Amino acid sequence: MTEPLLEVENLRIRFAGNRTGRDAVRGVSFRVGREKLGIVGESGSGKSQTGRALLKLTPRSAQVTATRMRFRGEDLLTASERRMREIRGRSISMILQDPKFSLNPLMKVGEQIVEAYRVHHQADQKTARERALKMLEAVHIRDAERVFSLLPHEVSGGMGQRIMIAMMLIPEPDIIIADEPTSALDVTVRRQVLCVLNELVEARDTGLILISHDLNLVASFCDRILVMYSGRVLEEIEASNLRNARHPYTRALLDSLPRLDRHVDPLRVPQRDPSWLDGPVFGPEEGS
Amino acid sequence: MRVAAQGGYLTPRRRRRLRETLVAIASIGVTLLGLVALTFFIGRMLPLDPVIKIVGENAPQAAYDRVYRELGLDQPLIVQFLGYLKSAVTLDLGNSLTSGRPVLEDIGRVFPATIELATVAMVIGTGLGVPLGVLSAMYANSWIDHVVRTVCLIGYSAPNFWLGLMGLMIFYAGLGWVSGPGRIDFVYEYGFEQRTGLLLIDTIMAGNWDAFRNAVSHIVLPAAILAFSAMTYISRMTRSFMAAQLTQEYIITARVKGLSWRRTVWRHAFRNIAVQVLTVIALSYAFLLEGAVLTETVFAWPGFGRYLTSALLAGDMNAVVGCTLIIGIIFVTINLICDVLYRVLDPRTR
Ligand SMILES: Nc1ncnc2c1ncn2[C@@H]1O[C@H](COP(=O)(O)OP(=O)(O)OP(=O)(O)O)[C@@H](O)[C@H]1O
Ligand SMILES: [Mg+2]
Repeated sequence: MTEPLLEVENLRIRFAGNRTGRDAVRGVSFRVGREKLGIVGESGSGKSQTGRALLKLTPRSAQVTATRMRFRGEDLLTASERRMREIRGRSISMILQDPKFSLNPLMKVGEQIVEAYRVHHQADQKTARERALKMLEAVHIRDAERVFSLLPHEVSGGMGQRIMIAMMLIPEPDIIIADEPTSALDVTVRRQVLCVLNELVEARDTGLILISHDLNLVASFCDRILVMYSGRVLEEIEASNLRNARHPYTRALLDSLPRLDRHVDPLRVPQRDPSWLDGPVFGPEEGS
Repeated sequence: MRVAAQGGYLTPRRRRRLRETLVAIASIGVTLLGLVALTFFIGRMLPLDPVIKIVGENAPQAAYDRVYRELGLDQPLIVQFLGYLKSAVTLDLGNSLTSGRPVLEDIGRVFPATIELATVAMVIGTGLGVPLGVLSAMYANSWIDHVVRTVCLIGYSAPNFWLGLMGLMIFYAGLGWVSGPGRIDFVYEYGFEQRTGLLLIDTIMAGNWDAFRNAVSHIVLPAAILAFSAMTYISRMTRSFMAAQLTQEYIITARVKGLSWRRTVWRHAFRNIAVQVLTVIALSYAFLLEGAVLTETVFAWPGFGRYLTSALLAGDMNAVVGCTLIIGIIFVTINLICDVLYRVLDPRTR
């Protein structure tokens, strides 16, 4: 792992009025540097809330605690809202799931990109506009000039998500969190959008946290993988070492992936074991 | 030059527009027809005798019958209605039975007073209602929100005429901060030329500042009371529109970029409620014109509302029906304007 940018230790998120007795996120720990970290887990396992907590943008009813949550050594837990505004976008940014909802429907997409740049950089309208056009080209949008003045409903999902990527990367953050960036898109454009993201992240040496429920996809894009279940990290493992995963849940996920060498029952759902809820965490350092 | 192959004049899009426009016009026509019918028949069912109004209580039977026939009351109701409809189309709403002048002329004379009152009230109501509604949604469940909601609850449940009487008692009779009933003191009334009928504007145009100040001190209280109920409605609606926007994903996007909460709300969310808010303001204007009826009576404001009240009390059927029709037309027109605004201002419908 490269020099860590973000260190999280024992992150907990509790929602006021939650009566299930189990918090949404329960003691998650990880570190990220200028690398690609994948977080996989089923719906409701706490992936999004973990991502939001890093930006301190969890819903008002959420109560976030941790023994440590630092960005480049700076404590985020005690950081003021004003300081967080400087960090958001400029240092840590986030790509949301569905461009249909995550872009302001009444603002030209170009203006939205320009705004993202100007929040953090002193630049006049013209310079910012040029930067935005360059950024649109960087996400492989042809005729950026025309796209600049379109409204979100006038662009396709794939293009919308590339615009989102352009907008979130234009201030050149150190870390970008991509929360299921392709699950709202047409299957045919998913890979293309991910490739654009991957290309930019690698070229700028930005740290990436890719959140997904698709183990296959995360394994092919990321260096390291966190497997989450019910608010906890069950296993942390190098992507290259995934075959040797030891946690039964990870194994079950692996076994349900389509394979060439043997038949996989496509309708089999991994069996859950109540002991996973509070059982041991499988880290990369122990074993192999 | 148009090329025939391009599809000629009626492209599918234009055809759709045309159809929508025709449907809109037809529905306005039907609404207005229904309105005339409703007001007419209600007018005929009121236990008022227009003949006695004209000939007096003790008139001989012969005179009574003559007027009865002159007014066409011996005809079947449907014939009377068609006759009324025919003259209504030519903007003839009949003569007022009390003033003897055409109803439309009477209304034209009292209307500026009401327009002035309602407009001032709307400006105040909007100026306070929109920001308060936004703030209340922006800081939901904070003390600001609770104060705004409590004030709105009071405005919602306290009747206008009661507020009017209280206001007069406190600010006019008690503290003497404002002038009492009427639009302007008698001494100023003829000191300037009434060009528009809107006294605030007429006094400014005449450069008569004393008269202007006097007119202001007269309008402040009734306008504030009407504005209060407009504000209640506008801020309540604005709050709920805004609250709905603030749960949207693009709000998170704006925050992720590093925008402050205030900027997120005003720059991003507000755009998305602007058209809805405008519609509410337009509708509240219509309600204000209507709400003026009671307020004008309390404040002896010589406008449309007081005209209608006194016509009602005097049993002046033509005037009552005419006034009702005018209110209806205003509502229909404002609704129509709202529809058009929606289409013109929201780029997604283009
Ligand atoms: N606003 C909220 N109020 C109460 N509970 C919430 C709220 N948002 C999320 N939760 C709870 O937090 C838990 C984790 O949610 P989260 O959105 O992080 O899941 P996720 O892993 O991102 O799932 P998905 O794949 O569906 O996006 C869920 O079980 C949910 O019940
Ligand atoms: Mg999620």
